[in-house]
Amino acid sequence: MNFKGILSQLNIVAQCRKYGLSLWQCPQFLFLVMGLVITISTLTAYAIGTRYIEDPRMVALIVLLATAILFIIAVIITNSFERLAEANRMKSEFVSIVSHQLRSPLSNLKWAIELLMSGKLGKIEEKQTEYFKILKENSDRMGELIKDLLIVSRIETAKLPIKKMEFSLEDLVKELIKEFTPFALASNAEIKFLSEENLPKIFADPSQIRLVVENLLDNAIRYIKGRGVVEIKIESQARQKFLTKNLGGQEKNIYFKIRDNGVGIPKEEQKYIFQKFFRSGNILRYQTQGSGLGLYISKAIIEKSGGKIGFKSQEGIGSTFWFTLSIK
Amino acid sequence: MKKILFIEDESALQKTFGEILKQEGYEMISALDGETGLRLAKSEKPDLILLDLILPKIHGFDVLKKLKGDKETKDIPVIVLTNLEKIEDVDKALELGATTYLIKAQYSLEEVVEKIKKVLQE
Repeated sequence: MNFKGILSQLNIVAQCRKYGLSLWQCPQFLFLVMGLVITISTLTAYAIGTRYIEDPRMVALIVLLATAILFIIAVIITNSFERLAEANRMKSEFVSIVSHQLRSPLSNLKWAIELLMSGKLGKIEEKQTEYFKILKENSDRMGELIKDLLIVSRIETAKLPIKKMEFSLEDLVKELIKEFTPFALASNAEIKFLSEENLPKIFADPSQIRLVVENLLDNAIRYIKGRGVVEIKIESQARQKFLTKNLGGQEKNIYFKIRDNGVGIPKEEQKYIFQKFFRSGNILRYQTQGSGLGLYISKAIIEKSGGKIGFKSQEGIGSTFWFTLSIK
Repeated sequence: MKKILFIEDESALQKTFGEILKQEGYEMISALDGETGLRLAKSEKPDLILLDLILPKIHGFDVLKKLKGDKETKDIPVIVLTNLEKIEDVDKALELGATTYLIKAQYSLEEVVEKIKKVLQE
């Protein structure tokens, strides 16, 4: 390693930012702390040594030598960590590139199918329509998957842009309910919406919060079996504070809750629910479609926005997902 | 009959749009790269240009810059139709003078045609 390389290694803040890690999660920083701790302990040993041993220099030399060795080991470990992080970053970048490349042929496919289905190239028989629908649905699914993969790779390379602004969560939810109504009707579900009056605006990235609400609403409807009800509630957390004791202080939150009476999540699967590509066993049973990325993305977005996300679920009764976001 | 120039290197899309635009009563001229696109914009004087951004020879942004910098073509409305979806790219295209920016993955064929009609009416 040349001198310049060593210097750039010393710029710990820049190094850690490259991986999208906070200082305390960053191996470089942690090892610096370790080095400092060892140095201080050596000095302490020296101080103690001077009192009790006739020739303390030898003791100090030995301790310093040991420290030097520890430092070298630390550097080696750091480098291996760095290689690991680099590999992970490259994997995410690879996913991003592949996803982008997949988009062009997919657009060609999607629009060609739409042109065929429009009947503008000739009349389509009923039996053919059925198969065109399958083509269309599956190309849409692929599109959704690619969209989700791109978001995941951006989350993992810390490149998810956040453009925070003030907006009304209530309006956003109303808009989405409108969009989801046909899907809900087709699934025999009713969407109810309750909102506190004069809710303050939230401060976050509307396009990303939209993704979260979309994911939660889609899941709620998707897992309904038979006739169902999806209930969405938004309230400011001033009221919520009385219910949960540990939320004191000046911070004000908006609390979003979505409840369904769907199939629920089996207890043994609940701890995996926010993991990437995790799909519940119930999916196979009820044949619902999805990428297995929605909740992973939702959690990352809410946490990056400074909020919290969680759920309660009972198999056979339904699930309730909630998140909080701060008011500016 | 209104003329639309489609600058796009995917020949499959050229074919699909050629068909649908013909059905809608427009004449479509294709250019498979940026250089041809610029040449045809000058010689054919289209009423509208549909422009992809990732193009061979000259990048879409440079095509847009040249179109808007030339007094013969600067008044032709340009719809950017691409899969680049970064906010910076959208901002850059609008700043350079694009009328609308459409991300391919987000629109159906019908919706794109609606946007084209709307821009041509204005």
